[in-house]
Amino acid sequence: MRLCIEHVSWQVDGAAILRDTTLTVEPGEFVGLIGPNGSGKSSLLRTIYRVVKPNAGLVTLNEEDIWKLSVREAARRTAVVLQESPSEFDFTVEELVFMGRTPHKGLTDRETDEDHRIVYDALDRVGMATFVQRHFSTLSGGEKQRVLVARALAQQARFLVLDEPTNHLDIRYQIEILDLVGSLGVTTLAALHDLNLAAAYCDRIYVVSRGEIVAAGIPGEVLQPALIREVFGIGAEVQPHPRTGKPYLIFFSENGSAPAQPAAAGA
Amino acid sequence: MLVSKQTIAKPTGSPVSQPAQPVEEQRQRRGSRLLLLLLLLLGGLVLTITLAVTLGPVPINPLTVWQIIGSHLFGTEAGEWSRAHDQIVWLIRLPRVLLAAVIGAGLAVVGTAMQATVRNPIADPYILGISAGASIGAVLVILFGLQVFGLYSLSVAAFLGALAAFAIVFTLAQQQGRLPPVRLILVGVAASYVFSAITSFLIFRAHDTRQTQAVLFWLAGSVASAKWSFLLIPTVVIVVGTAILVLQARSMNALVAGEETAVTLGVDTNRFRKELMALSALLTGVMVAVAGAIGFVGLIMPHAVRLFVGADHRRVLPVSVLVGAIFLIWVDVLARTIVAPEELPLGVITAFVGGPFFLWLLRRRGQAFGGSGR
Repeated sequence: MRLCIEHVSWQVDGAAILRDTTLTVEPGEFVGLIGPNGSGKSSLLRTIYRVVKPNAGLVTLNEEDIWKLSVREAARRTAVVLQESPSEFDFTVEELVFMGRTPHKGLTDRETDEDHRIVYDALDRVGMATFVQRHFSTLSGGEKQRVLVARALAQQARFLVLDEPTNHLDIRYQIEILDLVGSLGVTTLAALHDLNLAAAYCDRIYVVSRGEIVAAGIPGEVLQPALIREVFGIGAEVQPHPRTGKPYLIFFSENGSAPAQPAAAGA
Repeated sequence: MLVSKQTIAKPTGSPVSQPAQPVEEQRQRRGSRLLLLLLLLLGGLVLTITLAVTLGPVPINPLTVWQIIGSHLFGTEAGEWSRAHDQIVWLIRLPRVLLAAVIGAGLAVVGTAMQATVRNPIADPYILGISAGASIGAVLVILFGLQVFGLYSLSVAAFLGALAAFAIVFTLAQQQGRLPPVRLILVGVAASYVFSAITSFLIFRAHDTRQTQAVLFWLAGSVASAKWSFLLIPTVVIVVGTAILVLQARSMNALVAGEETAVTLGVDTNRFRKELMALSALLTGVMVAVAGAIGFVGLIMPHAVRLFVGADHRRVLPVSVLVGAIFLIWVDVLARTIVAPEELPLGVITAFVGGPFFLWLLRRRGQAFGGSGR
């Protein structure tokens, strides 16, 4: 799957949320979307999974305008992992993952052996096969996220969208989830708030600021101190990661209140 | 339990993470368990109908009940029962019991649909103002004798009131063509208060105490007016409505799983929600038209059922139908027996019985929902 967002703009009550954004994800790529809170990352993703209809511009998957598809057809092409929790209605893990089959099912279709194979295969791939009868609300944050990834897998879409998949997770689960997604080999676009994780896992990165794409490229090129300062308003030093060689960022405040040197306090 | 990173990173499952039993077997077992539950409930419903017909000021033998029913349905040999018994069973009790069953089933289904619509377990025709709207129509007919539609004036007025209330709530709750669930609840509650105030005002202005009594009785619901001719329309509408909802159960699951999630699973949430609301309003209108505004059933039945069978609407809907029917039949039996020869309105009993029962369930199985929440 090849995703193209071309000159997409979106305004709400005259306020521009997205301005002339253009972005592509090539087949098999893992592309990251970074930017401060409220920069428009989630809104941009919403134009892809059809919750937000842009006022201008075009979103295409393999050259097809996604807004010309039916909701169901779009859902068969794009699977999405969101932060939403299933409200007050407590489904089991199995029921939630089976929902991934929804776009493939007509009104009178029943679940087939094939559906079961797909669902259990997805649960297996995220290591949650022994949790099928557990209620979603009883799972830890990492387990929940893995179940939602399994649902996306059960959807058998060839394009995957993730909105902050590592939010609220312990560092171990953050790494596990991204390892998992990276190992799937599915074309992926993910909004990530942790720049170091973005640097470690993404093939390419787009930086969003105030509704615009301000930089794009491979992590090593994009993640420069000047850009971090401009977009996030903090200082950063970039070093190669001692293990992976990928860019590694160390942040500091630029408001002059750097931690006092121990030597200055002495005699 | 944690799963090691190695297990996760593997593209295909390791033997360790296989479920204890073959998937196939587990699934068939669960499928047959639902079927068994439905069969049990169906048996319970038949038993309930039989017993409910035997109970009353004139006790009638259960066997006689079925003989009488058989004689009317299939013209089988008349047995040893009096003409009075025949009339009590066939003309008075059976239609009444069946109407209670139909209304109970319908209320449970509508409650389930409305709770899915607003993605919140606090919803039923009452809370969303539809019952209150129907009441205005009914009260106008009872108090001012607006007999435009002859014998069916009350029903037609209640039905129109329900649809009008739905239209008002629906229009006010819309925002840029969308129907945000919390807004829908808030608008429904506010509208419900206004409608109730209008009803209260009308009752307050009425001078005939007998009429006032009739209104109050209608407001709390009753199936006392049941006749065979009153059964057809509600039965057809509720059977068809339930069938439509059962077909949509998968989409209801997706909707409940998340507002945006539903879209990503291929459900046009905006359209779907409007369809659900319209269908709910129609069903409510038909039920209120024949049985008045019976509260509480629509709210608690789906809850109680979910506590036992989980959140999947493919189970919740069929089970709710049967449980709702059984429940309301017994409520009606109580209504006509405990203060006989007087009758209590159904709403009094649904609240009296249902409230404490529900609280007990909630405390006993509280961890099942909301317990560990987010």
